[in-house]
Amino acid sequence: MKVHTSAPAAMPPALAGAEPSASLLARQSKNRGHLQRVIHEVVTNRLALIGTIILVTAFAVALLAPILATHDPREQSLLKRLAPPSPEYRLGTDELGRDEFSRLVWGARNSLFIGFAGTAGGLVLGTIVGLAAGFFGGWLDTLLMRFIDIMYAFPGILLAILIVAIVGPSITNLIIVLAIWGTPTLSRIVRSSVLILKSEEFVQAAVALGASRTRIMTRHLLPNCVGPIIVYSTIGLADALLTTAGLGFLGLGVQAPSPEWGTMLSVGRNYLREAPHLMVLPGLLILLTVISLNLIGDALRDALDPRTR
Amino acid sequence: MRKYIFKRVVLAVPTIFGAISLVFFAMQLAPGDPASLFIPPDLPPADAEKLKRQINEKYGFDDPLPVQYGRYVTNLATLDLGDSLREGTRVSSDLKARLPHTLRLGIASLIVSTVFGITLGLISAIFRGTWIDNATMFVALLGVSIPSYWLAFSLILLLSIQVTWLPPSGLGDSPLSWDGVRHLIMPVLVLSLGTAGSLARYTRSAMLDVINRDYVRTARAKGVRERRVLLGHGFRNALVPIVTILGLNFGFVLSGAVIVETVFALPGIGRYLVDGVNGRDFPVVQAAVLVIATGFVFGNLLTDILIAYLDPRIRYE
Repeated sequence: MKVHTSAPAAMPPALAGAEPSASLLARQSKNRGHLQRVIHEVVTNRLALIGTIILVTAFAVALLAPILATHDPREQSLLKRLAPPSPEYRLGTDELGRDEFSRLVWGARNSLFIGFAGTAGGLVLGTIVGLAAGFFGGWLDTLLMRFIDIMYAFPGILLAILIVAIVGPSITNLIIVLAIWGTPTLSRIVRSSVLILKSEEFVQAAVALGASRTRIMTRHLLPNCVGPIIVYSTIGLADALLTTAGLGFLGLGVQAPSPEWGTMLSVGRNYLREAPHLMVLPGLLILLTVISLNLIGDALRDALDPRTR
Repeated sequence: MRKYIFKRVVLAVPTIFGAISLVFFAMQLAPGDPASLFIPPDLPPADAEKLKRQINEKYGFDDPLPVQYGRYVTNLATLDLGDSLREGTRVSSDLKARLPHTLRLGIASLIVSTVFGITLGLISAIFRGTWIDNATMFVALLGVSIPSYWLAFSLILLLSIQVTWLPPSGLGDSPLSWDGVRHLIMPVLVLSLGTAGSLARYTRSAMLDVINRDYVRTARAKGVRERRVLLGHGFRNALVPIVTILGLNFGFVLSGAVIVETVFALPGIGRYLVDGVNGRDFPVVQAAVLVIATGFVFGNLLTDILIAYLDPRIRYE
């Protein structure tokens, strides 16, 4: 009877599906038209299309914030605090009389930038650690993976809370925290891909031909890990956005008066009765962005590994 | 099996030790020096200087790092977690008072999310490709994508402000009374949704993976009843990856409790951590982080043992 071997003991649920399988990696390395097929599948996937539209819109809003915003997001007018939507203030004003619409638009820029930069940092760190551990093996592998195990002992947002509590909240620190926070999962994913790929014939052949270690890692192993890395990074970005907003909610995120969705939501909760939209709107935007990323991530995973469909 | 359990327990020790050390060395990253973590930022400079001297004397931050580390480990080994800087209370007795609240919330959420997650995942896999599958997976996607505090406030807005069906915060009269249960409904719901969503998604893909295997086809060909095929042959083999995710969910419930307890004003470990962070009360932060991390490592240990019980091959690896 065939029973599953277990997934690595601690991999966040969202990523469980992103774990590379032997079939996935093998197919990638054998099939030249693979990339085109994946792109075709993702493009024709209706849900992924919806996700892409939402995500592109969010990024467009973030980029065009100076043009779209109707007010200075920090400009206060205390006489008009908590005003309902009006022609002047499209979505009303917040507790200090600032234009809610403009703050949401500028907030997109902060939230997405932090999430993106943090995820990218985790991607680079995780890939280096995973590649080194998987390729060199031995004591380096043991050392790196034991350290990753220790980082895994701090579930979810806990590691981020601990680090921010020590180094203090700022946008740079948040990005560093997200990068550290994303490293363990990505390094495990890359490592397990490398372990599978290492025994493939094309890698053996490169070794036999005398290719240097750097060449094998960068030319043969890394390009074949790209699939799982992309899938994970998409889902990882969704998690990073939730974590940033969560830290913002706990007062450890972007500090006032800079607009950021998590922080705005956190302030909005104090005005649940008078102005519920201050809490509802930023949360809705976080939800939409995270859903769009999950939809795209799901479609990518299904396209790369059709077994899970 | 006994040998396997022993091996796993022995392996968990260095992880916990490593986590403890990580917290210690992370403290060295503090801007200035670790002593500054123990000084409330709103203190006048003269008092802060005085307090800093006291703290350096008490915790020995002037000592060489290895000496400090040795003392830190010894203190933890004797479960001496220090005093809260704000309240002056013993951190260990605070933890003892708060742990039951977090456990109650966590266990209730784990049960709810496991039941709902697995059921939804099974339904989705059985009705694969139909609208039922799409609907359940949409709910699961919402579950993993929704920011928990946002859901919490939205529920408070709906169920406590628009209609006053459920209390917005607090513990209620006694944990076992109907009032206590009513106070727990929203927190448990919020804490369960994310984990239930991920469990449902994972159960579905694990089931789909198993359902296409040869032995399932063989079972069908033999004329085994469909229910038995799905549960006895399918689900039984999908259990290992599902239990793996359960172990992780244990950690997510623990860390989710940080936010949920804050929103619903529940006096658990998570709230304690947030209060500690906001009050720059580092002994509190350190202790709460260590308790959660240790709890998570033990949760994973239990999961590993359960997996080995479900899949005998793992024991002999």
